[in-house]
This record gives sequence, C-alpha cells and structure tokens, in this order.
Amino acid sequence: MQEKLHEEINAFPTAKLSIEHVCKDFTTSSGPVRALDDVSLNINEGEFVCFVGPSGCGKSTLLNIIAGLEKPDSGMALIDGTPITGPGRDRMVMFQEHALFPWLDVIGNVMFGLKQKPNLTDKERLEVAKYYLFLVKMDRFAHSNIHELSGGMRQRVALARSLAPNPKILLMDEPFSALDAMTRERLYGDIQDVWEKRRKTIIFVTHNVREAVCLGNRVVLFSPHPGRIREQFPVSLPRPRNINNHDLADLSQEITSALKGYTAAESD
Amino acid sequence: MKRLTNSVCFFALLILAWAILTGDFAFLGMPESLWSPYVLPPPSTVAQYLWDNTANGKIPLSMLITLRRLLIGYLIGLILGVPLGMLAARFRCVNDTLGMLALGLQALPSVCWVPLACIWFGQTEAALLFVVIMGTLWSVLLSTQNGMKNVPPIYARAARTMGSGPLHTLIFVTLPASAPFVVSGMKQGWAFAWRSLMAAEIYVSVVSGFGIGQYLHYGRELQRMYQVIGVMFIIIAVGLLADKILFSPAEAWLHRRWGTGKE
Repeated sequence: MQEKLHEEINAFPTAKLSIEHVCKDFTTSSGPVRALDDVSLNINEGEFVCFVGPSGCGKSTLLNIIAGLEKPDSGMALIDGTPITGPGRDRMVMFQEHALFPWLDVIGNVMFGLKQKPNLTDKERLEVAKYYLFLVKMDRFAHSNIHELSGGMRQRVALARSLAPNPKILLMDEPFSALDAMTRERLYGDIQDVWEKRRKTIIFVTHNVREAVCLGNRVVLFSPHPGRIREQFPVSLPRPRNINNHDLADLSQEITSALKGYTAAESD
Repeated sequence: MKRLTNSVCFFALLILAWAILTGDFAFLGMPESLWSPYVLPPPSTVAQYLWDNTANGKIPLSMLITLRRLLIGYLIGLILGVPLGMLAARFRCVNDTLGMLALGLQALPSVCWVPLACIWFGQTEAALLFVVIMGTLWSVLLSTQNGMKNVPPIYARAARTMGSGPLHTLIFVTLPASAPFVVSGMKQGWAFAWRSLMAAEIYVSVVSGFGIGQYLHYGRELQRMYQVIGVMFIIIAVGLLADKILFSPAEAWLHRRWGTGKE
C-alpha cells in the first residue's frame, strides 16, 4: 500500500493545451454578445499562465471551455492533442466563490473528487487527502466544518480538493478575489510553492494585474466586446515573487497601461 | 439550569391552579370544584385514568395501533414525496402540473379527505392511511422541491469538474445540499400526519384497531372528560417525543455542520 501511495503522490502529470480559433456567443436580454472572438493560444506543459482583463472579456468563458463546462460555438480546445468534450479528471477547477460542500467536513470535501478516482482503496484515498491537506497547511483542520474556517482557509481547502485527484491542469477562476489583502499575499506565496512542488500546468484567471504578474510565467491580456487576446507578456522575474517587489510593480504598470489603452479605444 | 427551573415551575403552578380550582384539595378545607367534573375534571381523576389504563394495557395497545398507522402513512408519504419533489424541481412540466396540485392540496386540511376516504375505502385501515398520506405528501413534496431549487448551481458545477455524472450529482450533491429544507419539510409533514391521523381517528371508527383518537371520541360519547383530557395529554406527549427523538438530533447536526441557526 505504501508503495502505491508513493506512486500516486510522486506522479507529476502535466499537459499542454492548445486553443484553436475558439468563438463563443451568449444571448443576453440586450441581444447576442460575442464573449470570445477567434481566440487561439498555446500553453506549455507545466506553465503558469494568467488571464487578465476587465469583466466581460471572456477570460472566464475560456476557462470554462477548457474545463469542459461550456462548449465553443466554433474552433476547439485540445489537451495534449485530444479535443476537450466535457469535464475530466485531468483538469480540476478551483472556483471564485468557495464552492466547498457545507454538508461535508474538510477531509470529506478533499475526498469528494478522490472517491471518483479508480484504482485506489479508500484507505489510500484518505492518505492522499491528508497529504494534500498537509501541502496547503490545513492538516490540523481535517475534521472542521466548512463554516468554521476563514475565507483564506476555505480557499486552501478548495486548492487541496482540486489538487487531490492529481490533475494535469489546474484551472483557477479568480480564487482570491473575495479575500483580504493580507490573506491574499500569504496565498500568493503558497500557490507558487504548490506550483513548484506539484509541477502542474496552471491557468489562473484574475482582473488584478499585479496578482497576475506575481504568479504567472506569462500574462495573457484580454479585452472585451468582443472578447479577444490583445497581448501577451512573459514574466521572468525570479521566484518566489513578492507582490510588493519593484520590478514586479514596474511590469504591472506597463501591462495596466496597455490594458487601459485597449479599453479606452473600445469605449470611444 | 435556570431556564429548566423556570419551565418546571411554570408547569407545576399551572397544574396546581387546575387542582385547586377543581377541588382536588377540598379535603384540606379548600373550596370545592367550581365546575362539574363533566366540564372540567380535576387532575387527580385524569391521572387515575391514565394510570389505570396504562396498567391494564389499553393505552399502550391503542398507542401501538395509532403509531403503526402514523409510521406507515408517514413513510409512504415520504417515499412518494421526496422523489416527486425532486422531479418537480428538475422538470418544469412536473412543476406546472404536480407542483400546482401539491400547492393547492397543501392548503386543504387533510381531515377534509375523511368523508371521501370512507366512501372509497370503507371504515378500514386504508382509509386512515390515505388521510395520513394526504397530510404528509404535499408538504414533503413542496419543501423538497423548494430545497433543490435553492441549491447554489456552483455545487453541481464543482461536482461535474470532479467527475460526477448526473445521477451521482443528484444523490451526493443536490440532495445533501438541500437537506436543511428537506428535513424541515419532513418535520412539517410529520406534524401534519399526526394532526390528520388524530382527526381521522376521532371521526372514523375502525374495527381493525382501537386507536388513541378513538378513545378521545368515546370519552366524549360517554361524557368522560377525564378520558378526553387524558388522551389529549398522550397526544401532546407523542408529538413532543417525536420531535425530540426524531427531528432534534437531525436538526442539531445540520446546524452544527452548516453553522446556521440557533444559539
């Protein structure tokens, strides 16, 4: 059993993604809205990519398409060359609100996805779940109820829950937007740490440019109406990065003014 | 502790007042009863009645008969109500048909079914069960539907990304997520079932078993008000016990887990 556990925890699956000419429309009360307009993008194995843009720019829609929760109207998303047709265990999503299940305790939540992973005994699953709780520093709270946790702790548990089935790709949809600044800063450090330890491909959606620069290897800038990728910025600052670092601030400044340019042109 | 003392004192005083006014302490030189025992019997005769009929087995037997009817009817109501409520939450056409029917019939006190039930089923167990089911079914159905509709969609989305299919999501996500609503519906259903069964038993005599409500009915026929009041106490006690034994633990668990509610 110990060996199998080792095997499970020491496997570092990762995948590359390609988005090819994806379009997606939504019908709203004021007519159709083009959420994604001919979006193409390649993401390498083990890359940490941040999608940035104002609301309505389609960044969350693209994330949902990659997750398999939504289907593109045309074009396709491929994982390691295979088209994505629905949700799958190779891609886990961490949502913006805490989507933890209040009827389960902390460990129960982490076990939820694991229970649906075949080839493991329940005992092994429990050990795996404990490992991931330890990784996000929540092992002391395994039997706490969700409502007893702070916002930051909840998002740590949500992170453990999405890491536990050992997906190739981790999709994070504005996971820290509801947290206070102090908690967020601590989580920036932790998420970089997890990325280095688990070597996953991570796509991180945010509207906070600083956050994106702090976390990503690459920042992909979206603009709305219609949702398009405007520009991409590689970020080669040394890790672990601190959000208050000067170089980081300079780069975010640059990206923010680019963003402003696109949205100003849009509103004219 | 203080709150418990308050409650105990309150009820002790209430019974004491009743005893004094109905002449239970006349032997101590206190006044005789203000009313005839046919209007308001003293607590001593009520207690005597309860004691004698518990000792001779009549009350336990009738409670067994009544509780059996209640449980069977209630369980049938649950078994029908929960899945139908789930269907009504899931499919609009079920909501527009069965959901509307449930809404209408929930407004109807189920004792109104008694005349029809007697015509359809005769004076049988089936007639009583039917009335109990009519009392339970609709409120369970409606609260299950309401609970499922109030589940945040993000739970189902999260479950889907973790590999849950539609059935797995329904059983392991939507149903537990609506548990607070379902349990309060079950509790309301229980209260309705209990009330409707008492009404039906008072109303209909069934030869297959002499239920507790029928004792109340014959107490009235024979002008034995001590029997009527004794049976009323039993009805209250059963209702309270069911609440404490069946529902309080479940509700306490829900409150602890969800972090909702009282104290």
